[in-house]
Amino acid sequence: MIRFFDDGTEPDHALLGGKAASLVAMTAAGMPVPPGFAVTTAVYDEAVGGLDLRADLARLDPGDLTAADAACARIRRRIRALEVPAAQRILDAYDALQERCGADVPVAVRSSATAEDLPDASFAGQQDTYLWVRGGDAVLEHVRRCWASLYTCRAVLYRHKHGIADEGLSMAVAVQAMVDARVAGVAITMDPATGDRSKITIDASYGLGEQVVSGRVTPDNIVLDKVLLCVVAETIGDKHAELVADGGRIVERAVDDGRRRRRCLTDDELAAVARLAKRAEKHYGCPQDVEWAMAGSDLYLLQARPETVHSGAPRTQAAPVRAGIDLSGITSMLTTRR
Amino acid sequence: MTAVQPSVKSFPKPSQLPVPPGAEGWEQLYPYNLVFRNGSGAEDEKFWFCDSQHWPTVFKPFETIGGEFAVKCLGQYNTRHLLIPPANGIEFKIHLGYLYMSPVGVPPEQIPGRVPEFERRAGHYFQNWDSLLQQWRGKVRATIDELEALSFTALPDVVPFDDIVAGKAKDGSEVLMEGYDRLIQLCYQAWQYHFEFLNLGYLAYLDFFGFCKQVFPGIPDQAIAKMVQGVDMELFRPDDELKKLAALALRLGLQPAFADPDDVAGTLARIAGLDGGREWLDAWTAAQDPWFNFTVGNGFYGDDKYWLEHQEIPLGYVKDYIRRLEQGEQIMRPVDELVAERGRIVDEYRSFLSGEELGLFDAKRGLAATAYPYVENHNFYIEHWTMGVFWRKVRELSDVFVAAGFWADRADILYLTRNEVRDAIFDYVSGWAIGVDASGPHYWPAEIERRRGIIDALASQRPQPALNTPPAEITEPFTMMLYGITTEQVRQWLADDVTDGSVITGMAASAGLVEGVARVVTSADQLHSVQQDEILVATITAPSWGPIFGRIRATVTDIGGMMSHAAIVCREYGLPAVTGTGRATTTIKSGQRIRVDGSAGRVEILGD
Repeated sequence: MIRFFDDGTEPDHALLGGKAASLVAMTAAGMPVPPGFAVTTAVYDEAVGGLDLRADLARLDPGDLTAADAACARIRRRIRALEVPAAQRILDAYDALQERCGADVPVAVRSSATAEDLPDASFAGQQDTYLWVRGGDAVLEHVRRCWASLYTCRAVLYRHKHGIADEGLSMAVAVQAMVDARVAGVAITMDPATGDRSKITIDASYGLGEQVVSGRVTPDNIVLDKVLLCVVAETIGDKHAELVADGGRIVERAVDDGRRRRRCLTDDELAAVARLAKRAEKHYGCPQDVEWAMAGSDLYLLQARPETVHSGAPRTQAAPVRAGIDLSGITSMLTTRR
Repeated sequence: MTAVQPSVKSFPKPSQLPVPPGAEGWEQLYPYNLVFRNGSGAEDEKFWFCDSQHWPTVFKPFETIGGEFAVKCLGQYNTRHLLIPPANGIEFKIHLGYLYMSPVGVPPEQIPGRVPEFERRAGHYFQNWDSLLQQWRGKVRATIDELEALSFTALPDVVPFDDIVAGKAKDGSEVLMEGYDRLIQLCYQAWQYHFEFLNLGYLAYLDFFGFCKQVFPGIPDQAIAKMVQGVDMELFRPDDELKKLAALALRLGLQPAFADPDDVAGTLARIAGLDGGREWLDAWTAAQDPWFNFTVGNGFYGDDKYWLEHQEIPLGYVKDYIRRLEQGEQIMRPVDELVAERGRIVDEYRSFLSGEELGLFDAKRGLAATAYPYVENHNFYIEHWTMGVFWRKVRELSDVFVAAGFWADRADILYLTRNEVRDAIFDYVSGWAIGVDASGPHYWPAEIERRRGIIDALASQRPQPALNTPPAEITEPFTMMLYGITTEQVRQWLADDVTDGSVITGMAASAGLVEGVARVVTSADQLHSVQQDEILVATITAPSWGPIFGRIRATVTDIGGMMSHAAIVCREYGLPAVTGTGRATTTIKSGQRIRVDGSAGRVEILGD
């Protein structure tokens, strides 16, 4: 029912969902993943088992969005009213996590869907992640909210359109210690503009990384050489706002002019982020798109997934190699005016 | 090496530069063909940059030999041997004592016609690189041996009786005259050899460089340099020999003998008196041939000090190395680690490529890695070894004149042009033969003093980085490669007077970020002033400054590209370096705190 990321559990998608399975795998690989646990799909299955949603779903008319919206909202309300099975075990796990972190640490509660449950990964990442959750009861409440997010109107219509059955639908939930990020963002282990795999591209902004992921700020954009880990190009973003903890909740705060104009990571910090992204790429054996956060001087890996948009694109091929000593390159270098 | 914007500003014209007081008439000190005002007049309009990388200080008249031979011989390979399609040689002039250069392009319509012959000739060299280079070593050794065999001694009172008996019918003056001519010719020969492989080494490097920039847009220049740079290089041998001698001295317990290395004879005698001293002295002697043919300068100046003749220099370095060893420091270059690091870098970049691109990468890197080490290693053979012997022989000849009363100090010969020396030899032998006073003793002492005054006056003024209006774009590969003179760099120089004076930019030659106290050094004689953990700020650095790199935290130079010696040595020692700043030594003061960012090519003055 409960699996801590570091308890040696297998990164089983069916049980843990994609996100939690990935966190388990990265933890096993020794990467600095904030500690946490997964509430497995088994918990969801037990909770929703007695709930017959077929009637609600059958009445749903994809052509009538207003009605569909209302139907989905009704379903979500029903899910959110469920008792959470094994609630005590979740509360115990939460207490254990608190104890381990040695402080009253807020948690992030994130849905961890199994493969085709939701339209796409980024949709999942944006819609049902709850930040800065405190206290066992609040965790239980947000676990239910995550479950309910399986029935957002968009998700339901997506499944309907693609013929994905609602039977066997399930969801795990990741409960993870929050990183009180000073700076956070994403890193891609290539240059998406050119497909050049010798680069690491980092987007970084102040505060929690959600601002960067959701595109609500213009982050600093830095391209590093992947081998020497030095800056090759940088564009300082406006970074007008940051999400920070204030009085037990997350608030959006304006960033003052001085901080906006300056790059939010030092060269050493950039190199550390790049090294982390490189490790993820090496572990998975293909270009990665990672989310990272820095609290103080500690760097954390929050997520890693394959970069699929650009890494499949073919690169322009150079002229074929001639046998023996080939001077054509030198000649063309010398005879082509740059 | 990219972008172009029309230059809106210019450097001064040569004719606009003020002549420092006391330097009037300086033009007569140099060969007529090297002075702007004796040309067609076009020289006053053309773009020139100052080669203060090789000639940071004012030429004395004799010393133009290095500039003339080197730049002439560079040109011959581009223009006449290899027919480099877009580039002929580099025109050179001396203005107010400094050397200015202007690359000569090939008219665009002639470029395609040169390609087949260029490929035939360069191809032959690349295909036969190792055997031709082996042959080169033999040619250079023979040149050095012949130089060593030259002997300049005073003429005897009378012709030996044996020569009478043999019917020789020569008085020995021809030995001086022929020997001098041979000395000059052998120097010339060495400079012809110097460039036999150099331009090709650069070409192979530039080809790989261009390829890397194409497949890895924005790849740091340093990364490319690291992939082809030699690790176990002859250029580092002299320094490595001293490190080994320091380790041996420590093992034999000889460290007390090194209390005063400036006293060479005393130090060596103290060593000889200790147990194990003999073993160390044998190693010391063995290391000298050829590795002490090593100058603290760059081989282009007559007063460059060579280790062989100034053994206090290597002894002082040995003492310093002993001290560092005693402190538990690791002083040997971590050759295995450097090789492993180069391998890692190559492997990582390779892993980003596949198929034909990978094949091209391997072929081009292979060629560059074969050809490039020459670019570094030739320096020991020519600038250090050959020129060391050459200048020693010049001093030997000068001693003959000193004994004959022509001038007072052996270094005074440098105030004559090389053709005037030829005349002075005839003056000397003619007076000796006739049995009268030569004119020299009556003419040269005052003339030398007059010239010394002019040279000193010229030396009071630093050169301009460049003259006249720069071209919209600088494309000549050697100019960019060797001198770090790129379109951006020129624009930077021009922009200097409007930028914040506390920030200086140059080439990101060796990565790393440090802060520390600056020590400005404009000649090798000031090297001893460099303290532990200071940042060296120099017009240029010479490879023979190697031992100093163990003491400093970073290097900043006025002139020099990614492959300048400062850049190479700093990468080797893992020190940050910013090269080609154009103005570090004139902007930064010794004792100021500065921050050197060798990854960004940026130096910031933090305060006094």
